[in-house]
Amino acid sequence: MKDRLEALRAEALAQLQEVADAGRLNDLRVHYLGKKGQLTEILRGMGGLSAEERPVIGQVANDVRGAIEAVLADKQAAFDRAETERRLAAETIDVTLPGRSAAAGSIHPLTKVTQEIEDIFLGMGYTIAEGPEVETDYFNFEALNLPKDHPARDMQDSFYITDEILLRTHTSPVQIRTMKNADGATPLKVICPGRVYRRDDDDATHSFMFHQIEGLVVGPDIRMSDLKGTLLQFVQAMYGQQVQIRLRPSFFPFTEPSAEVDVTCTQCGGHGCRMCKHTGWIEILGCGMVHPKVLEHGGYNPEEVSGFAFGMGVERIALLKYDIDDIRHFYNNDLRFLGQFARM
Amino acid sequence: MNVSYQWLSEYIDLGGIEPQELAELLTRGGIEIDGVASRNAGVTKTVVGYVLEKEKHPDADKLNVCKIDAGTGETLQIVCGAPNVAAGQKVPVALVGAKLPGDLQIKRAKLRGVESQGMICSARELGINDKLLPKELQEGILVLPADAEIGTDIADLLGLNDSVLELDLTPNRSDCLSLLGVAYETAALTGRLLTLPEPEKALYPASDKTSDAVRVGIASVEACSHYAMRAVKGVKIGPSPLWLQNRLIAAGIRPISNVVDVTNFVMLEYGQPLHAFDAAKVKGAVNVRFACEGETLVTLDGQERKLEPHMPVIADDERAIALAGVMGGLDTEVTPDTVDILLESARFAGPAVRKTSRQLGLRSEASARFEKGVDPERVLGALDRAAALIAQVAGGLVTEGVAEVRLATPEPAVIELSLDRINRMLGTSLSSLEIKTIWSRLQFQAEPAGEGVWRLTVPTRRGDITRAVDLIEEVARLNGYDRIPTTRIEGPTTTGALTKPQAIRRELRKLLSESGLNEAVTYSVTSAGRAALFAELSGAAGGMRPIPLAMPMSEERSALRATLLPNLLEAAAYNKSRRNASTAAFEIASVYHSAEEKLTTLPAEHQRLAVLLTGNRRSSSWNQAAETYDFYDIKGIVERIALRLGLADALRFEQAKPADFHPGRAAALKLKSESGEQTIGYVGQLHPELQRDFDLGDAYAAEIDLKPLYEAADARIVYRTLPRFPSAERDLAVVVDEGVPGASLAEAAKSAAGEWAESVRVFDVYAGERLGAGKKSVALALVYRHPDRTLTDEEIADAQSSVVRALEQSFSAELRK
Repeated sequence: MKDRLEALRAEALAQLQEVADAGRLNDLRVHYLGKKGQLTEILRGMGGLSAEERPVIGQVANDVRGAIEAVLADKQAAFDRAETERRLAAETIDVTLPGRSAAAGSIHPLTKVTQEIEDIFLGMGYTIAEGPEVETDYFNFEALNLPKDHPARDMQDSFYITDEILLRTHTSPVQIRTMKNADGATPLKVICPGRVYRRDDDDATHSFMFHQIEGLVVGPDIRMSDLKGTLLQFVQAMYGQQVQIRLRPSFFPFTEPSAEVDVTCTQCGGHGCRMCKHTGWIEILGCGMVHPKVLEHGGYNPEEVSGFAFGMGVERIALLKYDIDDIRHFYNNDLRFLGQFARM
Repeated sequence: MNVSYQWLSEYIDLGGIEPQELAELLTRGGIEIDGVASRNAGVTKTVVGYVLEKEKHPDADKLNVCKIDAGTGETLQIVCGAPNVAAGQKVPVALVGAKLPGDLQIKRAKLRGVESQGMICSARELGINDKLLPKELQEGILVLPADAEIGTDIADLLGLNDSVLELDLTPNRSDCLSLLGVAYETAALTGRLLTLPEPEKALYPASDKTSDAVRVGIASVEACSHYAMRAVKGVKIGPSPLWLQNRLIAAGIRPISNVVDVTNFVMLEYGQPLHAFDAAKVKGAVNVRFACEGETLVTLDGQERKLEPHMPVIADDERAIALAGVMGGLDTEVTPDTVDILLESARFAGPAVRKTSRQLGLRSEASARFEKGVDPERVLGALDRAAALIAQVAGGLVTEGVAEVRLATPEPAVIELSLDRINRMLGTSLSSLEIKTIWSRLQFQAEPAGEGVWRLTVPTRRGDITRAVDLIEEVARLNGYDRIPTTRIEGPTTTGALTKPQAIRRELRKLLSESGLNEAVTYSVTSAGRAALFAELSGAAGGMRPIPLAMPMSEERSALRATLLPNLLEAAAYNKSRRNASTAAFEIASVYHSAEEKLTTLPAEHQRLAVLLTGNRRSSSWNQAAETYDFYDIKGIVERIALRLGLADALRFEQAKPADFHPGRAAALKLKSESGEQTIGYVGQLHPELQRDFDLGDAYAAEIDLKPLYEAADARIVYRTLPRFPSAERDLAVVVDEGVPGASLAEAAKSAAGEWAESVRVFDVYAGERLGAGKKSVALALVYRHPDRTLTDEEIADAQSSVVRALEQSFSAELRK
């Protein structure tokens, strides 16, 4: 009986070796190990064995069963693997076709630049002040040391609605409003972004409507050197630590002393290029120490406090930052233009 | 203001400072130089030649053959095409080997068989802007004065070896609208000495007195504070000498005649505008007064000007003869026949001149200077200087004395300033000596007034300096802005943070751009027609009126906008015409509302959000068809906003028919707050007619007031315990009239379902013949949950029955079985 079992093992293993598909494997499983299979068939003769032989033969029978089952399991696993591979291979898709994504929107470049500048000043402890775009002559001009019929008003040709009400020509009236609201409190550190309007014919570099960001600091003993330090900190945050500033004397009725501020050309790093007209510098800001008359209009005593103010054109900064050739792109809202600002 | 380097060097030694360096020096000091132009555009080997003979060219009608003495020792034969060439003239001759502007090289040549050894030049060929030449010299070759020496280099003769600095002056530095002002500034920057003209020394006494020639008067100090005249008798009007013409041309002023040229020369030199009248045409006394009602004057440019009573004029006994400080009158103009002149130097009131010149649209070199104020100390000096120069270049005798009226004499500003104040304001540590050096370079008189304190007397030529800070600026710029250190603000730290509205605007921009919309920035002004669209949104339905600009630049930009949507529609149309038919855009900006017919107070500015969707939500792709936008896209955007701002439960959409929206596809946005419910905007499809006006397909839009959102937005997040017991979902469908709003059904179902109803959602809407006309089926999904236990089937069934009963009662709904 033992010989028969051994013979069965040899025969079964040999047959299993050659199996090539899962169906045949199952047939063999039934043939050898099934209820009516070969092994069962042999073991039916167990009844005729002696009590001594029975456990020995039982052991052999278990070994044979185990050996056959092991091979069956291996084979089955191999067939399963192959079947899975076949099925997955059939599911192959073209990964080069475009994905299904939601439409990409964008934030306007002027907003992006404004927010970037706002964030820098927020980090420096400034708050953001706002004021009306339709202003009184008083806030837009007179309180800023630009009395009626003052020649400096020519610098800013305006859109009037009535003799006393106009579209603001700069964000500077927000300075006065902020100072009045502060009611003499110091220190005052604000920036004021917003739309402004000047009677200008539109062309590649001019627009009758544009955006400014104004800055104002008022406190005891604010110095012109603080202004320089603040602007340097700002431009380095904006353009990198290698950037320097240069102040040139200038004139604004609401500051004294006044300056125009150049930064190291961001295109060429100061070596000179087309963008900076080979000077190595690019003008981006106007600034100065707040004029005593303006402090007075804001409710401060110029003998006790001083301040500085600065202003920049958002369009100019965006034109330079993104290398845009025509300011009108900002207001045409061509989707081919706006779509270019979808990135972080 | 254009400043000739050579001319400037007559007042200050510029040795060792090249024009470009001078420009840099001035710019760094605050007088911005826009450019430095060489007056020589590239002329070499060109000299004064004498035309010995002129003959017709044998083979060319329009050419002449000239024999020229150019001082070269031989007679040159030159073929010339200019009709005005004539024997006996002095002319510019470009010799063989000469170069002329435009890369022109002069070579020996044969013209129609006749040899030509050079070229006789026109002004244009010499690179001179011929608009700046006297009219008689603009045509043909440039005829030089008879006294020009043969063989002289033409560049020397015409003053071409010079550079012109173009000043871009800020309005405060009108003192630099004069050569003397620029010389003072250069002296302050370099520390060099000045040489000033001394006109009174050049005046020769005459027996005639000015007081016999003219009497002058001023009617109002509002028009003029100082008026002075001198007479020059027996002048001979003619062209100016070349040196004078060269100076004017370098400054960009066209020479006219000797007398007029002198007045312009002295204006450029002193910054004091002058005017010469033909004395024979002035009737009686000269008086400065305001124009009379209805008075007219023909100005020098030949235009008749209608004068108004605020305009100051110079008048004789009969009429206005000049527009004070702006332009002279044609009647009393100096002409070739003029023999005696009256020379005017005055200080007209800046505001009056400014208003007059602006109103008439007439700006002149004179008005530009008077507007900003002239130096009171130079009125008489300039008059003397001009009188002496006229006598020099036009002959004649200057009468003795000055006829003048002076109503006011401004005192020089006297300002006290301390070293400490300067250093505190600038953040510098300048020494007393450094400051004193600056005062001395500026030629400001400084007296000590205590320890480290000066009392400064500011010369009247620097009318811009009236306060201590003005002097501090002088110190800052002359010491150099570069030498101001960079420091950090001292004192308490401050916190930077966005306000709630600012944070919400940023959140909205982020949300909308991430939802696939492009942010637009459009103009705040629009046409009257566009401003009248969307009556509810513009406030027109509530009594708001349009706000027109007083003087618009165009009809398209003539009124403040009262709504944002028209501009977004324009943007969509703009894109559609560029083959981009799908637009998803938004704008956050202000609109302007006022109920006043004419503004007396500022209009209300409402910050708004507008959203526009048109075209495809999704373009067609390899794996899916295109999908177009519909109402529920724009509504979904509004819902997302509400969700983000914590207002999902506070916002309600109510069917509405706002103007310019599709009457069946629009909703009013109702926001609940503590103070009640208010309409904060509208959402819907636009009216098909409006869509057609903008040449757009179906367009869906929303415009929302942001202020109520700022106030109601609730950013607080409070954690709620996650449910521990399972929910139960039950569906039911009812048939109702098609006009019944789905939201009302859901709302009624929710309230009828009792306290354990967690949510009610419409999941299907169906209309069809089986239901009958005018009916629809609405399917609702209700979710029930108890926080502390599992609900029983009976409890849920009871709740469902309540719902059905409520829907039956309120909406005549029939349960679908």
